[in-house]
Amino acid sequence: MAIALVLILLVAGSLLFHFFSPWWFTPIASNWQMMDETVNITFWVTGIVFVAVNLFMAYAIFRYRHRRGQRAEYEPENKKLEWWLTAVTTLGVVAMLTPGLFVWAKFIDVPRDATVVEAVGQQWNWSYRFPGNDGTLGATSARLINRDNPFGIDPGDAKGRDDVLVFSPELHLPVGKPVKLLLRSKDVTHDFTVPQFRVKMDLVPGTVTFMWFTPTKTGSYDVLCEELCGVAHFAMRGRVVVDEEPVFQAWLARQPTFSQSPVPAAGDAAAGQAAFAPCAACHGAKGEGNPSLNAPKLSGQERWYLARQLTNFKHGIRGAADQDTYGKQMAAFASTLDAAAIENVVAYIETLPDEQAKPALEGNAERGRSLYATCAACHGEAGEGVWSTHAPRLARMSDWYLARQLRNFRQGVRGGHPQDFPGAQMAFMAKALREQSINDLVAYINSLR
Amino acid sequence: MAYVAIADRDVHLHDPQTFVTKYIWSQDHKVIAIQYSVTAIAVGLVALVLSGMMRLQLGFPNTFSFITPSNYLQFITMHGMIMVIYLLTALFLGGFGNYLVPLMVGARDMVFPYMNMLSYRVYLLSVLVLRASCVVPGGPTGAGWTLYPPQAVLPGTSGAGLGIILMLVSLAIFIVAFTMGGLNYVTTILQARCRGMTLLRLPLTVWGIFMATILGLLAFPALLVSAIMMILDSVLGTSFFMPAVVSMGKGLKYDGGSPVLFQHLFWFFGHPEVYIVALPAFGIVSDLLSVHARKNIFGYRMMVWAILAIGCLSFVVWAHHMYVSGMNPYFGYFFATTTLIIAIPTAIKVYNWVLTLWHGDIHLRVPMLFAIGFIFTFVHGGLTGLFLGNVTVDLPLSDTYFVVGHFHMVMGVSPILVVFGAIYHWYPKITGRMLNEALGKLHFWATFLGAYAVYLPMHYLGILGVPRRYYALGDTAFIPNSVHDVNVAITVAALVIAAAQLVFLFNLVWSLAHGREAGSNPWGATTLEWQTPDTPPKHGNWGARLPVAYRWAYEFSVPGARSDFIPQNEPPEAPGGREHGAKP
Repeated sequence: MAIALVLILLVAGSLLFHFFSPWWFTPIASNWQMMDETVNITFWVTGIVFVAVNLFMAYAIFRYRHRRGQRAEYEPENKKLEWWLTAVTTLGVVAMLTPGLFVWAKFIDVPRDATVVEAVGQQWNWSYRFPGNDGTLGATSARLINRDNPFGIDPGDAKGRDDVLVFSPELHLPVGKPVKLLLRSKDVTHDFTVPQFRVKMDLVPGTVTFMWFTPTKTGSYDVLCEELCGVAHFAMRGRVVVDEEPVFQAWLARQPTFSQSPVPAAGDAAAGQAAFAPCAACHGAKGEGNPSLNAPKLSGQERWYLARQLTNFKHGIRGAADQDTYGKQMAAFASTLDAAAIENVVAYIETLPDEQAKPALEGNAERGRSLYATCAACHGEAGEGVWSTHAPRLARMSDWYLARQLRNFRQGVRGGHPQDFPGAQMAFMAKALREQSINDLVAYINSLR
Repeated sequence: MAYVAIADRDVHLHDPQTFVTKYIWSQDHKVIAIQYSVTAIAVGLVALVLSGMMRLQLGFPNTFSFITPSNYLQFITMHGMIMVIYLLTALFLGGFGNYLVPLMVGARDMVFPYMNMLSYRVYLLSVLVLRASCVVPGGPTGAGWTLYPPQAVLPGTSGAGLGIILMLVSLAIFIVAFTMGGLNYVTTILQARCRGMTLLRLPLTVWGIFMATILGLLAFPALLVSAIMMILDSVLGTSFFMPAVVSMGKGLKYDGGSPVLFQHLFWFFGHPEVYIVALPAFGIVSDLLSVHARKNIFGYRMMVWAILAIGCLSFVVWAHHMYVSGMNPYFGYFFATTTLIIAIPTAIKVYNWVLTLWHGDIHLRVPMLFAIGFIFTFVHGGLTGLFLGNVTVDLPLSDTYFVVGHFHMVMGVSPILVVFGAIYHWYPKITGRMLNEALGKLHFWATFLGAYAVYLPMHYLGILGVPRRYYALGDTAFIPNSVHDVNVAITVAALVIAAAQLVFLFNLVWSLAHGREAGSNPWGATTLEWQTPDTPPKHGNWGARLPVAYRWAYEFSVPGARSDFIPQNEPPEAPGGREHGAKP
């Protein structure tokens, strides 16, 4: 008896939940309104079946519940009824499948005038490539991918020279124009998803996949990876900014082409030595760091990391948050350096002797080891730093500084700027860490060589 | 197929003499069934605890220091793999299949008892290897239960070294165990039925187990070869599934392999696997409904045909798991069509279950409550499958919480409710004692309502676009705070369900000694396992003489009959046993 009533309540509750719960599709920002409509048709058909079957069952339980002296009827089958039910079910299936296949046909038929853009996925970052003036993307190969050529573009292919490279996970697109997104992965399977566009597709290493859509609303949308791609899967975020055409063109013009893309080894260490003098005041003549001046060790750090941080300080991407007192100091110094000087300084720092920083903190390194499993995914098993994941070296560096930065990331002091994608990623990770675990983790990092 | 002579042969049974040969190295299908069940439930409890950990993280992110991003992915992987393979597959086939098949077909034991014993031993080994992967350096694999390469074998995923290899080895061992057991079930059903037990007199439980086993025998080899190929990729550096990739900034030596090939092989196994779990559940629930509604199952022949149709179709729908995998998009048409066609025989089964209740004499005992709960959750889970199977609708929903809600409803909650119903139903035969009814009802209500509270909201989070397999959602513009609130509520419901399982475990143990004496046929059931001379049945099941089946398995409330049920082995001339309207 109770079960019959509960079934009725569950059906009613499910309907109320369906109509009144706050969670529904995000407001659509692409041409795929048809997909929402197909979902709605499916909801109606399945909803009717859900209500009908369960209410019928509830009634049957109530009507034919056991009472003294009652006996069931003996009815092995009823051909006519069974065929009727089969026919009606088939109709319902056709009603859902037809629009489904119809919209799918549109999805796999890319408009001829669609703009081609390539999205490149890797653990745990996005970058993008436009074909440039010739309208054709240059050939690529996983074998050609390295620090100086992260896209793996074939330098021998003339079509690739004018390809426009977007090194940031932020992609701009013009509103109202169909886009064919070519999807390429460097390492594992990823999935490019913008919930507001409705469509998604996996990036599969070894092949190029595609999907298309027309952005219909200007604005900024999160890109999520929706195919499990390893430890930092949940932190693999990007952004699509849909602009009016002129704004988009201006943005595109600011991005470098493959032939203009910076060669990081260009810094002049001799020139950098002079520029390093103000740095030495706090960080020490050998870049060994000075805890009493809150200046971390620089020597031994990856130069691409130092260059990025100096650039971030200079442009207010780092060191602008109110509580970041030491970051603000650094930002003041960084603002005095131009792009060339930054390259020179980091080239000079690379020549400095790398000595293990003196440990200043104590913790349980054994506990820290298990926590470090997550960190190793980006920073490397030995904390050596990995360029492709944008993860700096941790081993042999100033432990007090690591601990402070972990706290900054956790508390939103660092990594909150919308252009600081690696910082935001680190903030995701640092929040997974408890305050009392920080010293243990750093103690383990101190044991790495 | 008519009766086959093997059943009548005076088989020499392995005769147990000592405690060890009787309970440890036993060749008795009933003892092996209990060994399988206890092991499966034990390892299932591990998976239950893991789901609790995942829910704690999702409900209260960044609160528990022992749940790190890499642990979390290890939890989801181990949880999924245990639940699907080591619990559900092992319990339905190794547990219920082993216990019920020989009894229901009227045989003394499995056709190959020694191989049956080995099957359990090998299964136990696979579980131990799986558990061992948790203590090796790097821990178990965190690649998700689908184990997609390249990530499963590359360093950005936890357990990419020994963890994944032990997982694959464990699966390979499991498949060996399954094959030994599976060949036994199929052979026993085909060759060892007692006199008079035609195929169309078999209870649907046997049909479900029979078809599921055939699916397993055909599908598991695809998983076995992909496991072996991935081990070779990982250990010897072959490139079956590995294209040229750059991992942690370094180019690896692999070249030319296809990650999508693995997905095809995996889902060629993985989709039939859904039915390997579902078909025994379909069969068992049919019998529970019939017995407790005192009515024949409605449309028996259609039910058998539906099981066969679903079994065959389940081999041509696998790529509906891969609509956004980057496979040739034209496949979408084919697989969406086959997938929606499979809904038709499935819907027929649902109609026939509900129509079995119609004009019944419904006793709302605990097994019946679970059976009704199953229909409700299965209807829900089946209908949401129509969303994901329909290629276009899958695009926005794929890889979101909608998928998590759907497959837990259809493949987690529904079969588990049947498992519980079946345990309440057959426990009296297995132990000779009834389970406590009040505790059983408490267990049912907490589990059934709790499960709906957990999974219904997940569908809507998925429509919003909340992605699955995320350790934390962080600050994401389109995800409102209400999502965090509902995650707390889901976690609380999940913990309530987990607590309810303790009541169930207590009931299982307590009733062993204190349960009411059951007698041989407490529910008034018709099938042969309730007609054994001893309860619990002794080794050899039938005493001196094998039973003879005179009728189908659903002679309930036959007009004119004195009792409201007529056992299958009751001869037509016996008093009250007039063969009236007995169809097949």
